[in-house]
Amino acid sequence: MSGQTYRPQSRFMKWFEARLPIVGFVYSDFLNYPTPRNLNYWWAYGGILTFMLVAQIVTGVVLAMHYTPTATAAFDSVEHIMRDVNYGWLLRYLHANGGSMFFLAVYIHMFRGLYYGSYKDPREVLWILGVIIYLLMMATAFMGYVLPWGQMSFWAATVITNLFTAIPLVGKSITQWLWGGYAVDNPTLVRFFSLHYLLPFMIFGVVILHIWALHVPGNNNPAGIDVKSDKDTLPFHPYMTVKDNFALVCFLILFAWLVFYIPNYLGHSDNYIPANPLQTPPHIVPEWYLLPFYAILRAIPHKLLGVIALFASIGVLVFVPWLDTSKVRSARFRPLYKQFFWILVICCIGLGYLGSKPPEGGYVIAARILTAYYFFHFLVILPLLGYVEKPRPLPASITEAVLKPRKA
Amino acid sequence: MRTLNFATLATLATLAFVAATPSLAAETTAKPERQSWSFAGPFGTYDRGQLQRGFKVYREVCSVCHGLKLVAFRSLAEPGGPGFTAAQAKTVAGEFRINDGPNDRGEMFERPGRLSDYIPSPDANEQAARAIYNGALPPDLSVIAKARSYEVGFPGFILDAFKQYQESGVDFVYAYITGYENPPAGVSLPPTQYWNRVFPGHRTAMRPPLQKDQVEYSDGTPQTIEQYSRDVAAFLMWAAEPHLEARKRIGFQVMIFLVVFAGLLYFTKKKIWSKVEGHA
Amino acid sequence: MATTSMAEPTRRDFLYIATATMGAVGAAATVWPLISQMNPDASVLALASSEVNLAPIEEGQIITIKWRGKPVFIFHRTKKTIDEARAVKSGDLPDPQPDEARVKKGHDQWLVLVGVCTHLGCVPLGHQGDYNGWFCPCHGSHYDSSGRIRKGPAPTNLEVPPYEFVSDTMIRIG
Repeated sequence: MSGQTYRPQSRFMKWFEARLPIVGFVYSDFLNYPTPRNLNYWWAYGGILTFMLVAQIVTGVVLAMHYTPTATAAFDSVEHIMRDVNYGWLLRYLHANGGSMFFLAVYIHMFRGLYYGSYKDPREVLWILGVIIYLLMMATAFMGYVLPWGQMSFWAATVITNLFTAIPLVGKSITQWLWGGYAVDNPTLVRFFSLHYLLPFMIFGVVILHIWALHVPGNNNPAGIDVKSDKDTLPFHPYMTVKDNFALVCFLILFAWLVFYIPNYLGHSDNYIPANPLQTPPHIVPEWYLLPFYAILRAIPHKLLGVIALFASIGVLVFVPWLDTSKVRSARFRPLYKQFFWILVICCIGLGYLGSKPPEGGYVIAARILTAYYFFHFLVILPLLGYVEKPRPLPASITEAVLKPRKA
Repeated sequence: MRTLNFATLATLATLAFVAATPSLAAETTAKPERQSWSFAGPFGTYDRGQLQRGFKVYREVCSVCHGLKLVAFRSLAEPGGPGFTAAQAKTVAGEFRINDGPNDRGEMFERPGRLSDYIPSPDANEQAARAIYNGALPPDLSVIAKARSYEVGFPGFILDAFKQYQESGVDFVYAYITGYENPPAGVSLPPTQYWNRVFPGHRTAMRPPLQKDQVEYSDGTPQTIEQYSRDVAAFLMWAAEPHLEARKRIGFQVMIFLVVFAGLLYFTKKKIWSKVEGHA
Repeated sequence: MATTSMAEPTRRDFLYIATATMGAVGAAATVWPLISQMNPDASVLALASSEVNLAPIEEGQIITIKWRGKPVFIFHRTKKTIDEARAVKSGDLPDPQPDEARVKKGHDQWLVLVGVCTHLGCVPLGHQGDYNGWFCPCHGSHYDSSGRIRKGPAPTNLEVPPYEFVSDTMIRIG
């Protein structure tokens, strides 16, 4: 694609590059890395997610310097951070709301992938690595939510770990193994803290693989067609760096709004009540980003099947590259898929809303319909569309897609 | 625009269905009214006089049953708080008895409070409190203004994000203290329970705590139940969020910075991309 | 950036410089809370003083109490010990200081020291060493009965913490 490579000028750099060609690597894989010229702002979320991961690790490492992971001291130590530690309130609110912003970005990133067919040949491994990152993120976020040891922390830990009791025969043993006792208690909190610290670095590792797997085939693009010549691409720097940075700062405005003006908006007031193993809050809900899955769990009136449906709803994403039988990647040229995509978005938002409602009456019926539709989309609609749908003609090249946009 | 129509239709259908779902939750309790607070909004600050009055109410009334164990005496004199001087805070601390020890003979002892001490709880532990209050536990009030809330519902909760509404806890506290009513006809309450219009389930174990002219205000503020409640609710908001003023002040600086930086990046981006054919 | 001309900065250069500067300022401002959080927090700063009752300390005895997480030695000195400390010509010492400057006036028998060797922070042992004061076992520093460094690698005398007599038998350190 791009013929330019890094040629060291000074004697020292020649000596150094011969031994560790890191500058050349950064140059060819990042600075001069060829990217399709038609990438839109939905492609900025990869960079935003990298930033959020680093921001969460930095604020998290710092919070761990002041946090005490024991059942008797955890709640008060979080309040100690909020009151006494220099800028402690800022660091904690950044970390707590950062989790939400991380998930907001990852959902946009995932739906962008679904819309433009970024999971298709030759990017299947890239997509599956993304699903693994998402799973690790959910585990990390869940364990992080337990650490303040408020009522929601405690009961979220209890409910989620109880999912494992649904496993036949060994369920109870597995759950006690997770707890380190007969209920969620101090041993559970300490191990969750340990794992909450570990998992982000595992995410970091998988992110490196994710970027590696991206750089082998190169970026997908809004037209969903392959890069055909140098004219179709631009070097990553400065074109994408400045674009990504602009998008990042806009994203940070939203983040700052949450942190400085409504820091407890996304949290639940019950989590400012210290954990009480003897009393469940009247209405327990997970954080917003897990609500759709919570709705799926509760939609199924059977314990084991509910848990299976919950995990299947994430697991089905792994098979999307093969469930989608269409040869065309981008929804721009798939008139039917485009509609079903938006219905899926609405379905997920609807599930999220239902997840926040009590599991009663009409809410349960609605959740069942949407759960059924969710699976119907992936298991039936996606495979069928490839045969039924007549895609629009694709542009000859990315450059043509940019310079001669087809009339809508 | 067939796509949009289809999508819109689907949205409407979903929303209509969801909206039509009856809520079976017994929503009989009243919603707290939204009060106007000096600390609301992007430039909100605490009213020092109000916090000092609220502290007086806490000390003379609430502290009989409720602790404030996360609040240190020193913070009464810290910036962004009630604005007591260090000497005043020291005097206040000295009027509380603090359990300390063990001393050289291994015994616990009581001594006057110091600035570094935390406001002591009235009861030694949960069991002691429950023994006194007929099995009920008066909660510690340190973060109560963030630990209480009420459901706003759709679409109000989305609007609240833009309105920066973060006062649901303090609104609840105010509505609760002023929310005592006679129980409806046909409901008889045991003598240890009281009827409150905003408390979930209505039955609360806290007796109406305030009376007119119960606490003496030296600054001429009306000595009414409403005023006491408002002042003590504001004080509890500060107790729960002592760095609110710094947060909003720094927040404004960060916002200005980010908006200017985003503007600069926007023009830089335009400049760089202007060399590329087909891009603005 | 393509421009290499040394002429006046163009408007484009100005835009690039302004943006980069803004980014640098933002990064620097973000780093500050991350550094500042490691400083002693408000609750630590508030715990800086503690009171000690001197009455139970016998003549010749050294007691050790904890103040700000460090040991503080309180030495009830005998007349003989005080005389010994004052007989030394302070000008000849590695860190010249008269004994009078290390105690409170009128309370010459009470020596209050931060029990941390000024060499590398170990806790010296009392009633030991060549000068009837303290001896640090880590690297062999000898302090006299006024806590002054006499021999060994420590550069300065044992530090006297800020303290005051609340009454004749009570001091407040810090």
